[in-house]
Amino acid sequence: MRTLLNFNWVGVLDFLPQLGVGMLFTLLISVVGLLIGFVLGAIFGLARLSRFTLINWIATAYIEVVRGTPLLVQAIWLFFALPLIIQYTLPSVLAGIIVIGVNSGAYIAEIVRGAVQSIDKGQMEAGRSLGMNHHITMLKVIWPQAFKRMIPPLGNQFIISIKDTSLLSVILVPELLFQARTIASNHFNAVEIYTAVAICYLAITLTLSGVLRLTEKRLELQA
Amino acid sequence: MIIDIKDLHKSFGTNEVLTSIDLSVDDGEVVCVIGPSGSGKSTLLRCMNRLEEATSGEVVVDGHRLTDPKVKIDTMRAEIGMVFQQFNLFPHKTVIENIMLAPQMVRRLGAEKARERGRALLRKVGLSDKELEYPSRLSGGQQQRVAIARALAMEPKIMLFDEPTSALDPELVGEVLAVMKDLALEGMTMVVVTHEMGFAREVGDRLIFMDEGRIVEEGIPGDVFDHPQETRTQAFLDKIL
Repeated sequence: MRTLLNFNWVGVLDFLPQLGVGMLFTLLISVVGLLIGFVLGAIFGLARLSRFTLINWIATAYIEVVRGTPLLVQAIWLFFALPLIIQYTLPSVLAGIIVIGVNSGAYIAEIVRGAVQSIDKGQMEAGRSLGMNHHITMLKVIWPQAFKRMIPPLGNQFIISIKDTSLLSVILVPELLFQARTIASNHFNAVEIYTAVAICYLAITLTLSGVLRLTEKRLELQA
Repeated sequence: MIIDIKDLHKSFGTNEVLTSIDLSVDDGEVVCVIGPSGSGKSTLLRCMNRLEEATSGEVVVDGHRLTDPKVKIDTMRAEIGMVFQQFNLFPHKTVIENIMLAPQMVRRLGAEKARERGRALLRKVGLSDKELEYPSRLSGGQQQRVAIARALAMEPKIMLFDEPTSALDPELVGEVLAVMKDLALEGMTMVVVTHEMGFAREVGDRLIFMDEGRIVEEGIPGDVFDHPQETRTQAFLDKIL
């Protein structure tokens, strides 16, 4: 049996540029995907609260379909199945961003809905009784308070989505795991490379956790 | 006559909470509404700015039919201040921001104008030194006074008070009632749902006793308190006085 020290840990350094490229793609897809996810989440989360049945129904359908199917299946469907219908294959990075965006959007919609619903209904009544319309009250009174409550579950979702980008290696997105797999199959250094990859993910998620903690603390001080 | 309510009914599902209410309030009048809990007095008040929709009947405020679905409800509400039992201040905004928000958003007042108005109102309710505090740092009595200032910042024609002192510690009730009394003396039209019988007797022009969704008795507060005509009024007053 080989001990941990028998592995060529220093050799990983040779592959840092390649892992760096992977890291950049992971970050690119995470950031852009989650931005899209947040916008979708805000729109569909508020749509879920709408009193118009059709809007409500569309939002519910979106959330249920996305939540009810695995992200891996969504990615494969978008990249391998959809082209057979529309006769066009999306670039894999774009497909990856769409999958992360649409997928996280469904979960974020539920986070948004929950946070908005958790605000005491006296707040809306106070705003409306002052003559402010529903939209202004939502924007100026409800949303800022709801947003504060969204931060912990949003952070949770961000971390989940960042890790989920690793699934995109199956649709050939050149992200971290994809790079690692390429390296490991050529150089037979799976232990070293996959350990390095795990550390890379941890570096991203720990940084995010720290940022979230600071944001929460800052908002806490405000009120 | 600034508020005119005719044959108002309100049901929640099959439960009728207001039954055939007729009530009018004159300009400058202070009307206090008393009655046991569940008698419909808060619901009646909330029909006066349509926080509750009437099931049937008519609510006319300042010449506009609130019960007309086409009425510009936000414009109407801007003229009708409301003070809630639970204050409902905006916790993410400072005291002055709480007061400035609606004048800026609805009346299109500039920030400086709104701030000036807010400061004047804080002086009026005796909280000039709390301008930059967040509501959570204030006592209940102070919060309620800010809530009154916030409503007044819209320069409403009518003020509705929904049990404004019921959530307060007893020693804080007086400061809120004092502000309300000043307001009454300035000639503000007020409808006050309250359990403060002293206030109703001293400040009110008219007293309304409600029970089981109906107006049981109304009259000059002193008369109703001292010589109630209805047995239900008598029974209620015996219990609380």
